[in-house]
Amino acid sequence: MALQALLGCVALLLAAAAAGIGLAQRRAATPAIYGVALATSVAALSLALGALLAPPRLAATLALPIGLPWLGAHFRLDALSAFFLVVANLGGAAASLYGLGYGRHEEAPARVLPFFPAFLAAMNLVLVADDAFTFLFSWEFMSLASWALVMAHHRRSGNAAAGYLYLLMASFGTLALILAFGLLAGWSGAYDFAAIRNTSPSMLMGAAVLVLALAGAGSKAGVVPLHVWLPLAHPAAPSHVSALMSGVMTKVAVYGFVRIVFDLVGAPYWWWGALVALAGGITAVMGVLHALMEHDLKRLLAYHTVENIGIIFIGLGLALAFTANEMPAAAALALTAALFHVFNHSVFKSLLFFGAGAVLTATGERDMERLGGLIHRMPQTAFLFLVGSAAISALPPFNGFVSEWLTFQAILLSPALPQWLLKFLVPAIGALLALSAALAAACFVKAFGITFLGRPRSAVAREARETDRWSLAAMCTLAALCLVAGVLPAWFIDALAPVAQALTGSHLPERHGLDWLTIVPIAQSRSSYNGLLLFLLIALAAGLAAAAIHRFASSRLRRAPAWDCGFPDPSPATQYTAGSFSQPIRRVFGTVVFRAREEVHMPAPGALDSASLHVRLRDLLWDALYVPTARVVAFAADRLNAVQFLTIRAYLTLVFGALVALLMVLAVWQ
Amino acid sequence: MIDRLALDIAHLCAGGLVLVSFMLLYQDRLTGLINTFALHALVVSFSVAWQAYIQQAPQLYITAAIALGVKAVIIPLALHRIIVRLGIHRSIEPVVSIGQTMLAGIGLVALAVMVMLPVTAQAGTLAREDLAFALSVILLGLLMMISRRNAVSQVIGFMSIENGLILAATGAKGMPLVVEISVAFSILIALIVIGIFLFRIRERFETVDIHLLHQHRGEQP
Repeated sequence: MALQALLGCVALLLAAAAAGIGLAQRRAATPAIYGVALATSVAALSLALGALLAPPRLAATLALPIGLPWLGAHFRLDALSAFFLVVANLGGAAASLYGLGYGRHEEAPARVLPFFPAFLAAMNLVLVADDAFTFLFSWEFMSLASWALVMAHHRRSGNAAAGYLYLLMASFGTLALILAFGLLAGWSGAYDFAAIRNTSPSMLMGAAVLVLALAGAGSKAGVVPLHVWLPLAHPAAPSHVSALMSGVMTKVAVYGFVRIVFDLVGAPYWWWGALVALAGGITAVMGVLHALMEHDLKRLLAYHTVENIGIIFIGLGLALAFTANEMPAAAALALTAALFHVFNHSVFKSLLFFGAGAVLTATGERDMERLGGLIHRMPQTAFLFLVGSAAISALPPFNGFVSEWLTFQAILLSPALPQWLLKFLVPAIGALLALSAALAAACFVKAFGITFLGRPRSAVAREARETDRWSLAAMCTLAALCLVAGVLPAWFIDALAPVAQALTGSHLPERHGLDWLTIVPIAQSRSSYNGLLLFLLIALAAGLAAAAIHRFASSRLRRAPAWDCGFPDPSPATQYTAGSFSQPIRRVFGTVVFRAREEVHMPAPGALDSASLHVRLRDLLWDALYVPTARVVAFAADRLNAVQFLTIRAYLTLVFGALVALLMVLAVWQ
Repeated sequence: MIDRLALDIAHLCAGGLVLVSFMLLYQDRLTGLINTFALHALVVSFSVAWQAYIQQAPQLYITAAIALGVKAVIIPLALHRIIVRLGIHRSIEPVVSIGQTMLAGIGLVALAVMVMLPVTAQAGTLAREDLAFALSVILLGLLMMISRRNAVSQVIGFMSIENGLILAATGAKGMPLVVEISVAFSILIALIVIGIFLFRIRERFETVDIHLLHQHRGEQP
């Protein structure tokens, strides 16, 4: 029943999308469309929660006579789908709530309103699809709907290029997935997932499917080196859509990867795990390094999406390695960590993008170098953004800490793996993870500090106004979820048990007895975490410290010159900037990773022109991978252009030549 | 079931069709080309009729009748009228010399036999050989289309391909009549359309040599 109701929600969203085309010019359209989207998402969320928390004994399936005539459309709602549906619809509901307020500032509602519900519907469809055709159709629908949203403000500089790159990479990803499903379907062409599950491909075939799935789902999720479109396209969309793309669509991509690699392809080999975890580790570090170099608030967040996807793929890779070595408990731990991080990242990344959207509405600025001091003008947004920053920086007691801690616990189990490569590789990946976590914290000190603290660097920042109530309500909900999932992680981990059980054959120990809020991934003697205790400790310590300061210090509010030693000039230009904050890290990593070059121009003594400092960064991956590819394509297109202008007889000759060549191949082949 | 003689006659017809296809290749006058095409259609219709007889498939007689009536009589007559009205009785110039075209044709027949005989190892003897010959006829028709410049001879090449298809289909026991009728009509309509085009082209450019058309597209001097 839940599945039918979910499909009903999808149909309702599609109807809202169709209505959005006709109504977009009316004033009432914005609240109506977002209201419908909100109600539908909440309904779908409760249905998915029901399916996850009280799972039926058999997964619900449904076949509809639409789509390919000999295949139909198959849908299925199992624990994995239900979990990702919870993530998707939670993000969808929050974005719709936020859109109720944010959408009023939209200058081109007709370009957003029809596609927003369609995008939500497409993501839901991907998650319940149970045959390759329906999956790929929904996947492509999702890509195109989000592309339309990226192009909503297509006249703004850079957006058209971002949309073009996104379209190219999305096509590449879908192509890889089509090939993966083609290999999975085998000679018999069984595109139904149930039939695919029953066949087990050979080693070579399985490896090819893994690589194709990593390329196809990875390009959508933002795995390095296929991430280049993500930091351009995600920020180009309106902010609530950015939140959906970063927070939810990348998770749908992760779902696609998990569905193919853990469910469809059959038993993994140990080196699959090494490959996936290594890709995750590199993605995490590259994502956060790029984020540190970035001064555009939304693009910084998008790079952090790349980093978090890396963390998720580390967990998935470990789960594969453990599964291949028949260590189900460890595999369940790694998978639970990855899936919990999926949930956590969708919550705090949506929150952060909403915060960035509120700043954008209030000031019209995304460049941090022109913001500052917003904590005085937008105190609530600042506080909520701080919560999100703490969560994404993996600080206890918030949720980001729990999932990263669980990932580390899984890494610490790697000495038990029999393969020497893994014994050496996994600790190295752990080091990459630790590095990225530390750099992420540094990056969010920068993002929060430069944007909200200090003094305003521009007139728009000086005159910013607090955002509307709808947006604040959406952000408050997500911030509360960040805290709850961090303080009471055991509930969330228990909810993940059926998913881990289905995919790895084991799950983390359920909470029991007195220490029902403590999570114990392996054994009490090794490690345990009690979020509530830690939260109380932090609250107590912070409260005591605050009380002590107020008790022993003067409570009178004083305004004194800030940082007066070396800071007597009242111009905001003398403050620390985003560039100066990241300079030490750029010095350490940038010279190698980005070939960073600083050019200092000092005027001659006595000259009146100003000094300047230019930093040049190069994206080596872009130069090494994408530029040559583009050059080859352009060259081939140039050469093949002649084929467009042949005579009729020349075309016939081409057909004839191709036919004869194929017949020759056939004759020789036998 | 099928006695030796029946099989031999079927082979004779199919082989004869290939032979007439070769004859099409070296005709250098339009009148002769059209007459040879009429012979081509005649051989096809006889071949189909023979298949109808040995397979005891009466519906194939209708196919044979259509081939005889439309392709061996009506279309050649129409083409003769067209070329008379266009006033093109001059010799047609093959792009590759006739000797080379014939050699290429022989190569194509060899290729068709090499491809078809192993592929259809399980099929009946009749279908097997017929398919090899039919593929040869199709390839020769294509060769004709690419080796000629004149639009009328390209039309004939196209229709000889269609004859090859009919030969293949009847040999495979059971081309539905509906398909045959629709194919025949589409060929007829194609002829009408192409005929109209020929007049239009001539009116515009005073020739039906398609080589001259390309100059009017602007990419050749």
